[in-house]
Amino acid sequence: MKITLRIWRQADREAVGGLQTYQLDNVSEDMSFLELLDMLNEQLTAQDLEPVAFDNDCREGICGMCGVVVNGAPHGRYDSSVPTTTCQLHMRSFQDGAVIDVEPWKAGPFPIIKDLVVDRSAFDHIIQAGGYISVNTGAAPEAHSTPAPKRQADRAFDNATCVGCGACVAACPNGSAMLFTAAKVTHLAMLPQGQPERMRRIKAMVAAHDEAGFGGCTNIGECASVCPKQIPLASIGQLNRDLIASLFKGDGK
Amino acid sequence: MPGSVALVATTTLSMHARALHSLVVKKVVMAITGLLLIGFLLMHMFGNLKVFIGPEAYNHYAEWLKQDILYPILPHGWFIWIFRAVIAVSLVLHIYCATKLWQASLRGRGAHDNKKYTKVRRPQQTIAAKVMRWGGLTLLLLLIFHILMFTTQTITFGNFKAGATPYDMFTASFEHWYVWAIYVLFMAAVSLHVRHGFYSAFTTLGANVGPQARVFLNGLAYFAAALIFVGFMLPPTAVLFGLGVS
Repeated sequence: MKITLRIWRQADREAVGGLQTYQLDNVSEDMSFLELLDMLNEQLTAQDLEPVAFDNDCREGICGMCGVVVNGAPHGRYDSSVPTTTCQLHMRSFQDGAVIDVEPWKAGPFPIIKDLVVDRSAFDHIIQAGGYISVNTGAAPEAHSTPAPKRQADRAFDNATCVGCGACVAACPNGSAMLFTAAKVTHLAMLPQGQPERMRRIKAMVAAHDEAGFGGCTNIGECASVCPKQIPLASIGQLNRDLIASLFKGDGK
Repeated sequence: MPGSVALVATTTLSMHARALHSLVVKKVVMAITGLLLIGFLLMHMFGNLKVFIGPEAYNHYAEWLKQDILYPILPHGWFIWIFRAVIAVSLVLHIYCATKLWQASLRGRGAHDNKKYTKVRRPQQTIAAKVMRWGGLTLLLLLIFHILMFTTQTITFGNFKAGATPYDMFTASFEHWYVWAIYVLFMAAVSLHVRHGFYSAFTTLGANVGPQARVFLNGLAYFAAALIFVGFMLPPTAVLFGLGVS
């Protein structure tokens, strides 16, 4: 395959970025999108040019490190029914001779560090505010001593699959991280162990979300449609219901 | 290390207060006031349709609105002012929260750092959702025009004097195609706003519990938007084309 890449290059946080064009020949359709970037970087290095910086780690869709906007869609998924991270996107999804635009996540709270790498520490601040349960350390209790209803346990698990890649924020016209926050809130709110801190947690995490500089949700659903882990839009409904309920409770006053 | 403390940035507000100032709460305020305003629109629309029954029914209805609702619990003419106050407060709260959310959106998507995708595809975003904010502003301007025209009668079209009956005022105004055209624009803006707003309000209040609920709420929103557009445009259109109302 012959591929033309137009990649966002930006030297550092303050630099003015822009698209640069690269031609690649002999691209295999079995390559993943990240392997395509590897191939480009090998060529750039051989030519003594600066390689393109991009985040990646596990390359099997479970770590949440990778993620770029491919042709205007985070992770390049667009309307494909197969939920993928960028590392799971393969070149067979593209036509021979395709021109592909590659950009970093663009959102206020995600400063661009270099090229396609963004700083997602803002997500850490939301988790630090309440994405945990407080228990004393010691021997683990007998698992069967705390029954968890099957339906709630399944919802908790579905929401716990969020890898925090940030595609939801990248896709959102408001730069909102509500889907991410909602996944974390719903995950813990569905489990017995999450109940004692449930009302304090929702207040703290919603407040941290806003203070990190993310926008508000307008219920459009771009986030859920690009999520590689298929976190449903209904999780934001759970967050809304929990927040409204929490305002009538004294936790965190 | 004994005696060491974690250095954490703290705000003077309590956790509860910070949650109360959150964007989600502003959305909830928008949802509640928005639904109140849609309720008002529907009532206004049913009232307008009385024009088809005849001048007497229509004028009597207008009189009843301003004088007799809830009489004798309230003295004559009080209800309309309480009603107007509720609508005005809803509108002010709605606009205030919208402004705050708009600012947060600009900050969130990095508009201040000139962050803009060269190419962006948003398959989920409907036209109604896309024009929500600028459409809302258009709506506000047309609403001011509407009040100047029919409530205060500052701007008038056609041959009626101040103090004319509501029916005469209505028919004289909509005999002009350009007045009709302004109202088509007005109602199109309202309907688009209701199309996304109705769905969004219920979703914000937590009613979106799954994919079927989302389809149902969207269906309801389309129905409400269509009802409002058709219901409001029927009387002026009948006047313009001389169909049963003149």
